[in-house]
Amino acid sequence: MAAVRALVLTVVITLAVVLQVALFPYLAYNGVVPNLALLVVVAAALVRGPEFAAVIGFLSGLAIDLAPPADHIVGRWALALVVVGYLAGRVRHDARTSALAAIVTVAASSFVGTSLFALSGLVLGDPAVPVGTALSVVPAAVIYDVLLTPFVLPLMMRLFRRLEPHQAVAY
Amino acid sequence: MAMHDQHKRPSRTVLGLLLLASFTLITVDARGGDDSPFDPVRSVAGDVFGPVEEGTATVVRPFQAIPEFFETTGSLRDEMQRLEAENASLRGQLATTVVDRNRAAELDGLLISSSSTGYALVPSRVVAFGPAQSFSQTVTIDAGTSSGVRPDMTVLNNDGLVGRVIRADRSTATVLLIVDADSVVGGRLGSNMEVGFLRGRGNVGDDGRLDLDLVDNAVTPGRDDILVTWGSENGAPYVPGIPIGRVTSVFSSPRELSKRAVIDPLVDFSALDLVGVVVDEKTKGDRSLITADDAADMSGDR
Repeated sequence: MAAVRALVLTVVITLAVVLQVALFPYLAYNGVVPNLALLVVVAAALVRGPEFAAVIGFLSGLAIDLAPPADHIVGRWALALVVVGYLAGRVRHDARTSALAAIVTVAASSFVGTSLFALSGLVLGDPAVPVGTALSVVPAAVIYDVLLTPFVLPLMMRLFRRLEPHQAVAY
Repeated sequence: MAMHDQHKRPSRTVLGLLLLASFTLITVDARGGDDSPFDPVRSVAGDVFGPVEEGTATVVRPFQAIPEFFETTGSLRDEMQRLEAENASLRGQLATTVVDRNRAAELDGLLISSSSTGYALVPSRVVAFGPAQSFSQTVTIDAGTSSGVRPDMTVLNNDGLVGRVIRADRSTATVLLIVDADSVVGGRLGSNMEVGFLRGRGNVGDDGRLDLDLVDNAVTPGRDDILVTWGSENGAPYVPGIPIGRVTSVFSSPRELSKRAVIDPLVDFSALDLVGVVVDEKTKGDRSLITADDAADMSGDR
C-alpha cells in the first residue's frame, strides 16, 4: 500500500511539474503560468497538515529545480515550497471553513512562494532578477494560481483524502 | 489519539530538517559554480523529465494547432520542406539585409563567404518553457546528444537568433534565450560593422528587449539598424552573421562612456516552436541535418 501511495504521489508531482512547463506556456500571460506544484502542496497542507505538506513541498520543489528547462540553483524552489507547505498547514483549520478561506490561503501561499523564490534569487544573484520584473510577475502569478484553484484544489484534496483516509480525518 | 496530539502541535523537526536540506542544496550548487556537483543529477532528471515533457508537448500540440493533429510521414515531409525553405529565407535575409545596409562590401563579403558553406542545422521543436516565476528564460527542445546537440551551440529559427544550448541530455536540450538577464551576445551593427554587447532584460513578453552597449562611443546606431551576431571563436557559443534584432531607440549619458541602444529582437520568444541548432556538417545523429545545399536545391526547384 505504501508503494502505491508513493507511486501516486510521484505521478502527481511529475504531472504537475511537466504540465507547468509543457502545457501552460500556451496559455501563459507574459510568460507567467499557474504554479500547479504549489497547488498540490497547498492541497496536501489542507488535508494532511504541515509536516506532510512540507515534505511534499520539498519533493515537488526539487522536481521543479531539476526538470529541464530549469537553470537556476538547485534547492531554491524546494526551499520556497517547504515554507509554503508548512505555513498553509498551520492555517488549515481556518482555511477549511469555506471556499473563500481556501482561495485566500492559495493566494497567500502563491505570494509567499513566488516572493521567496524571487528573494533567494536576489540574494544569490541567480539569475540577476530585475526587481521591476519580480514586482510584475508576483501579482500575475497569484492571480493565475487563484484562477486555477477551483479546478485543481478540490481534485487534489480528494486525492490526498483517498490516499490516507485515517490521517486525513484524524483531527 | 497520538496522531491527534501530533497534529495539534506540528513538530518543528521536519520543517527544520527540510529547510536545512534546501539550504544545503542551494549552498552546494551555488558554491560549485560552473561545474556543479548537481550536473549528473540534472542530466538524470533531464533524461527522466525530458521524454515526459516531449510526450506531453506531443499530446498538447494538436490542441494548439488542430491542422497538425495527424502527424504523418507526409506532414513530416512538409515540415522538412518548410524548414528547408526557412533555411533558404534565412540565408537570403543574411545576404540581402546585410549586403544592402553595409557600405564595407568586401568585409561583408567575407562574412557571407565565411558562412557560404552554410550552417548545418538540426531541426527541433520547443517542448517546454521555463515559467516566468523562475525568472530565467530557458526552453527545452526535443533534440539532444543523440542528435549531435552539445552545449554551447547556436540556436536559431527563421526569424533570427534564439539563444544557445546550455545543457544537452540524451533526447532533450536546454536553451538559454537571448532575452534572459544572464545572456550576453556579441553583436555587430549592419550599417557600419561596429561591435557591441547585447544583454537580455529578462522578460519574454511583448516588451522583451535587449540592451546594446557599443564598444566605440563615437558611433551612434541608427533607428531600425539591423544587428547580426559577431561570432565567437570556433562558432561557440554563437556563429557569426545571424540576425538578432533592430535598433528601436538610442540613449547616451555623460556618465557612461558608451552609448546604449535598445534592440527589439526579430524572434517572437513567446511563440517559439520550430528551431534549428547549428551543428558541424559532418555530425552523425538520429535525425537528418538540414544543410545549405538542400536549401539551394529547394530554392532552385521553385
